[in-house]
Amino acid sequence: MKKLSELSALLRGREISSVELTRAYLDAIGEKKELGAYLTVTAESALEAARAADARYAKGEPLSAIDGIPCVLKDNIVTAGVKTSCASRMLENYVPFYDAFVWERLRGAGAVLLGKGNMDEFAMGSTTESSAFFPTRNPVNPDYVPGGSSGGVAAAVAAGLAAFGLGSDTGGSIRQPASFCGVSGLKPSYGRVSRYGLVAYGSSLDQIGPMSRCAEDLALLFPLLCGRDERDMTSLELPPRAVPALEDLKGLRVGVPEELYNNCEEGVTEAVRRALDTLRALGAETVEVRIPLLDYSLPAYYIIACAEAASNLNRYDGIRYGACAEGYHSFAQMVTKTRSENFGSEVKRRIMLGNYVLSAGYFDAYYRKAQQLRAALRQEFSRVLTEVDLLVSPVSPVAGLRFGAQMKPVEVYQTDICTVPVNLTGLPALSVPCGFDGKGLPVGMQLIGRHCRDEELIAAASLFERATNYAWVRGGEDRV
Amino acid sequence: MYKLTVGLETHCELATQTKIFCACPTKFGAEPNSQCCPVCTGQPGSLPVLNAAVVDYAVKAGLALGCEINLRSVMERKHYIYPDLAKGYQISQYELPLCHDGHVTLSNGHTIRINRIHIEEDAGKLVHNWYDTQIDYNRAGVPLIEIVTEPDFHSAEDAVEYLEIVQMTLRSLGVARCRTREGSIRCDVNVSVAPEGSDELGTRTELKNLNSFSAVADAIRYEYSRQKALLEHGGRVVQETLGFDEGSGRSFPQRDKEDADDYRYFPEPDILPVCVTSERVEELRAQIPELPQARKRRFVEQLGLPEAEAAQLVRHRRIADYFERAGETAGDYAHAERFVTAQLFQLFRTDDEREDFPETLRGEELGRLLRLLDEGKINSTVAKHAFARMLSEGCTVEQVLSAEDAAGLDGGELEALCRKAVDDSPRAVADYRAGKEKALQAIVGAVMRATHGRADASAALAAIRKILDEE
Repeated sequence: MKKLSELSALLRGREISSVELTRAYLDAIGEKKELGAYLTVTAESALEAARAADARYAKGEPLSAIDGIPCVLKDNIVTAGVKTSCASRMLENYVPFYDAFVWERLRGAGAVLLGKGNMDEFAMGSTTESSAFFPTRNPVNPDYVPGGSSGGVAAAVAAGLAAFGLGSDTGGSIRQPASFCGVSGLKPSYGRVSRYGLVAYGSSLDQIGPMSRCAEDLALLFPLLCGRDERDMTSLELPPRAVPALEDLKGLRVGVPEELYNNCEEGVTEAVRRALDTLRALGAETVEVRIPLLDYSLPAYYIIACAEAASNLNRYDGIRYGACAEGYHSFAQMVTKTRSENFGSEVKRRIMLGNYVLSAGYFDAYYRKAQQLRAALRQEFSRVLTEVDLLVSPVSPVAGLRFGAQMKPVEVYQTDICTVPVNLTGLPALSVPCGFDGKGLPVGMQLIGRHCRDEELIAAASLFERATNYAWVRGGEDRV
Repeated sequence: MYKLTVGLETHCELATQTKIFCACPTKFGAEPNSQCCPVCTGQPGSLPVLNAAVVDYAVKAGLALGCEINLRSVMERKHYIYPDLAKGYQISQYELPLCHDGHVTLSNGHTIRINRIHIEEDAGKLVHNWYDTQIDYNRAGVPLIEIVTEPDFHSAEDAVEYLEIVQMTLRSLGVARCRTREGSIRCDVNVSVAPEGSDELGTRTELKNLNSFSAVADAIRYEYSRQKALLEHGGRVVQETLGFDEGSGRSFPQRDKEDADDYRYFPEPDILPVCVTSERVEELRAQIPELPQARKRRFVEQLGLPEAEAAQLVRHRRIADYFERAGETAGDYAHAERFVTAQLFQLFRTDDEREDFPETLRGEELGRLLRLLDEGKINSTVAKHAFARMLSEGCTVEQVLSAEDAAGLDGGELEALCRKAVDDSPRAVADYRAGKEKALQAIVGAVMRATHGRADASAALAAIRKILDEE
């Protein structure tokens, strides 16, 4: 497995063709079907796109550094003519007629789409088990979930079934599966990547971001994705900045928020503490910081996310987008039956929660209070981030979750404790492998940066990665 | 005795070129589902982008109706499930509307307070066939303003006059078409009845989606009688939402109570707060033309028109403009008013026809016609004929009068008249012979006077020249 810059050099030097590369990935996808990483594989159009890329290389006119490089998109990123199901029965046969902004960008850069990645239904979950079709296995250890909700993309990138991918992150859905599968993932600052064409879950929290073998690849991918899009009012007019290859981290002040280390598995805390040693060795200064409101971030997150989810999913009434129940006698019954039959239990749970917190008489106690907490949390973070340049924490309190662990929904929600505050505040955050726990499961380190300083995170993570090489070491039984 | 109290919620479609959250056209009457895109059909992943023109139009409407403008207002999601509502929520405004605290003054001096005006999107339309029901999303995303009054009406007549004022005001601004036939102005009416002298309002009922002003009046009257009869017999009015059937003139329950409205409003996360600068508000205020009510006062007070006629004239801006130019050109507004109200209104009968009065018709033409009439160059029969043809064919005074001439004067007749005029104008003839080409105009004038304007001036000129050159 190679870095994107290496693949790019091979293609440019015509040592390998995009068609060869694409075939190799398609073959690997076929061989590792049991991983369940892909919901849809677009072999034919991938090869066609690869041939077009090869023709451009032959003329010496590649479109970008990723021209001809095969990738996977999470199945909630709409692709014209390619099924976009969100891993839900509700959209099982939904073929969009327009492209998401990010796919326009990648397609325009020559990227080859291998297919669509499995996920938790409508991105609601942390294990990819709520996919309506099949679960995805963690390539590091198939007894473990890949994390979620971008589990399919994380598994595909980790197992070499795509050179890179795009996920979406509403409460950790890029960072946590990246951590579980031992790859890198960036949740950009809210607004830096257009959400146009991302099937909405929690609109004020959702961001699309790149997932890759190594943090260095993020530096190559991020500029392709970010920038103003007129079709998303929340998208920011802020061109990407160059990501320098740092020599050391001298002068960098790293905040260590104690609250995000509580309740973590020992193996996780140890790996992240060792990573902090490495950062110090690279010249960074580490400072203990306190963000007391972090304790309230989980309830605030689940109130806001569920409220927005219930609203966003109100459109699935059986009239448009395919799924519709049979045997109804009224419009109301059609809606009820269609939604009862085609939404999974986790989606239903969040719709009910969301409608509850928005309903008359409860709005002030839940939704308004959650928004107040969110505003206060944002202030606490920005205060802390004037004292330090970035924050470091575990991505997840656990290194992995076993299939069939019989957890209650709330217990699963609690594993999002380290990631959700970032979405509430809109800050950028990145997950980079920082070692292994006692069972050989990869552990991810989370870097949280100042608003719109995504590039700084990538630069710091890339240096950490060069210093440690965890991105290229497999844990447990070395499976690849 | 019972006192009637009414509040109105009026929805008006704004006449922007494109929809409120996407670039689809808003044209009325297009092929079903030909004006849609991912955004207005609520495709998963699509996002709304607020059309700045909608904000401008709504601010103008608010200013014209005496409102204060909130420099920061917020779009919110209003949830309900209905087949014509693609997203399962309507993007509207709730806690912070764009405009608030306006008022409209009626001709009887009553002031109707406007609580708020907010912007929102229209829904699609259900098309019921004998076999099934289909949905046309062309209307989905057409911008609306909703104008909410305080319960300040105490008669159906006041309600109708208020609606007429709103309609002509928005039309004069060019921000809304307000055509009842196209459903671009629609009303919800809240009606309550209480014993005369009572300080408290009675329990109200809401009649939804009334599509004409007469339906509003009928609904109010019907609901007043119904509620009054209930109270008189010791009954109780139930707070509910009603429909109103224009055919039978009766209201009927529309939803049962279990469906009590809970729209679960919350701020729309996809749309940034709507911010308007005070400079922009002033720019928009400066663009507001003289409004129909002010214009009517001016027509009465300065031009001396009768109240009723002035009221008629100002209802449609183009017709008022036409009248005013005609009066100005003729130097006689009363004369112009009589022609317009008598003849023009005969030809343009309906509200739609008057609103669509062609912009190409120039009031100056009527003014010139009236001047000829005034100067005795044509008689009133000719003028009436000419005016009718000017309106229906869009021709100028000259075009009409030369045609009239062709119908009335043959060549021999014209030549005889010209000879007489030449004989009667020795001085002009002498001037012409001395090289003053212009002198011929005086002779032509004499011919025109003699024929009361029926002669073709250019034909007369040619004939006169021929006569003089022969001599």
